[in-house]
Amino acid sequence: MHRINLVKILSLLLLTVTISVNAQHDASTKAHEETTPQEKDLKTEIKEYIAHHLLDSYDFTLFSWTTDAGEHKYFSAPLPVIIYDGGLKIFSSSKFHHGETVAEVDGNYYKLYHNKIYKTDAEGTISYDEEHHPTNAKPLDFSITKNVVFIIIVAVLMFFMFTRMAKSYKGNLMPKGMGRMLEPIILYIRDDIAIPNIGEKKYKKYMGYLLTVFFFVWIINLLGLTPLGVNVTNNIAVTLALALITYFLTTFTANKNYWKHIFWMPDVPVLMKIILAPIELLGTFIKPFALMIRLYANITAGHIVLMSIIGLMFVFKSWIGSPLSFGLAFALALLELLVAALQAYIFTMLSALYFGMAVEEHDDH
Amino acid sequence: MTGLNFVGAGLIVIGAGLGIGRIGGSAMDAIARQPEASGKIQTAMLIAAALIEGIGFAALFAA
Amino acid sequence: MEKLIEQFSLGLFFWQLILFIALVLLLQKFAWKPILNSVNEREKGIKNALDEAENARKEMQNLNADNERILKEARAQRDTLLKEAREMKEGIISEAKNEAQVQAAKIVEQAQATIEAEKQAAITDLKNQVAELSVGIAEKVVRGELADKNKQTKLVEELLKEVTIS
Repeated sequence: MHRINLVKILSLLLLTVTISVNAQHDASTKAHEETTPQEKDLKTEIKEYIAHHLLDSYDFTLFSWTTDAGEHKYFSAPLPVIIYDGGLKIFSSSKFHHGETVAEVDGNYYKLYHNKIYKTDAEGTISYDEEHHPTNAKPLDFSITKNVVFIIIVAVLMFFMFTRMAKSYKGNLMPKGMGRMLEPIILYIRDDIAIPNIGEKKYKKYMGYLLTVFFFVWIINLLGLTPLGVNVTNNIAVTLALALITYFLTTFTANKNYWKHIFWMPDVPVLMKIILAPIELLGTFIKPFALMIRLYANITAGHIVLMSIIGLMFVFKSWIGSPLSFGLAFALALLELLVAALQAYIFTMLSALYFGMAVEEHDDH
Repeated sequence: MTGLNFVGAGLIVIGAGLGIGRIGGSAMDAIARQPEASGKIQTAMLIAAALIEGIGFAALFAA
Repeated sequence: MEKLIEQFSLGLFFWQLILFIALVLLLQKFAWKPILNSVNEREKGIKNALDEAENARKEMQNLNADNERILKEARAQRDTLLKEAREMKEGIISEAKNEAQVQAAKIVEQAQATIEAEKQAAITDLKNQVAELSVGIAEKVVRGELADKNKQTKLVEELLKEVTIS
């Protein structure tokens, strides 16, 4: 009973913190734009730091600090910037100096503003519309950002991990080394996700995607919990890409039955059929959309709450702050470990469910 | 005016929380009644919870 | 929602899509297929082994039942054999007894016959010998009596008379 109460209290606390952080975050960014950097107070700085952490960046920064002289120092590695602006332009992100200077490439000037590359004049002027959005032209941006680097790292890691595992099967019944740990997970995905949802006959062609998406999301979520400061799955672009693949796989492997159920639902009155068709069609888009939002939101919320709790340490300024912050952050980090796996599981599970719907065979109904 | 957005989002989050709580509770009941079907019940529970959670998050981000 | 759209980065989307699809295809070829195949093979092997064990168990059971049956049959056969043997023994014994009796009777009969024959022979022999002896004695007597011709003739005449009378 005590345990349940504790969990209740903790979750209530987390919920309030999430909502308040979200609420305050929005307000603060608006407020901040009117103040000069020197006037920032501590709370605003923490919020900004969190907001910054959640974003992608053009260099790989482990930590940064401000010297007594007010100079920003960064411990970081620059990454290549690739933009298409009347021709492919590749240059190092060190040219931006973390957004502090204007980069000049082939006679064009670019500036980082709120983590986006804008085309500017030589002075780096950025003009705004009445809603305070920059109106400068944005070049097509295919840069190898921090997140892309980590996607590559995870991809390479997975490739070596699983090809090694595959090799260790040669002449053996059991895999060696890490494969011993990974095999039950693979079997779980096959036996408890793919087969029950898709069916014994057709599950095979989806296994590659399901396994890859599960391990990719899981590993990259776990990497997000390391102090490296990466945060790949809280980019809507990443989750959109994953959800789109699920959507296209569902759509292109769907059988006649699936389309029939969408456009001409059997066994209902004609009027209902006409009403149902657009709803069902919309449903096919909403499903992957929900997949995208779910993964994005869970990971983002986890990161915001975790960092806010760590930020409490600086806000409280009393002896109680640090232990409280540490305890909460520790508990939450454990929860996030669970969430990392759970979100990977749910993404895989729901993808399998949608595939199952697409290839389901039923004669009556 | 902006404050109302968050009140609405909060309401939806409360609703979603209650919904997920009900799902979890019912799943527990079901498992207690049929422990041998716990795997299937857990899967169904997670899917339902995930769907409600999706609505909750959609509301949060719409706010 | 607006914030989400603002945050969306085309570059990241592009790279994620390309890299992820490449990863799926590569892993499918080099990892998932071999792994799942090996696992399937292993499971098939285990299933086969279990089936074989089950078959062996059944066979064993059949064999045991067979053994039991054979044993029972053997026992029954032994019993019948013993019974037959006993019967045969008894038969032989009684037969032997009968034969012995018959034989004994025969022997006795033969012996009696022989004895009878011997007796007859002995009697005959005795008769002959008595006759010979009597003849001899008679001859001697006769020779003595008939030393002269008169007596001989007288005797013959007497004898002849006797023969005619008898």
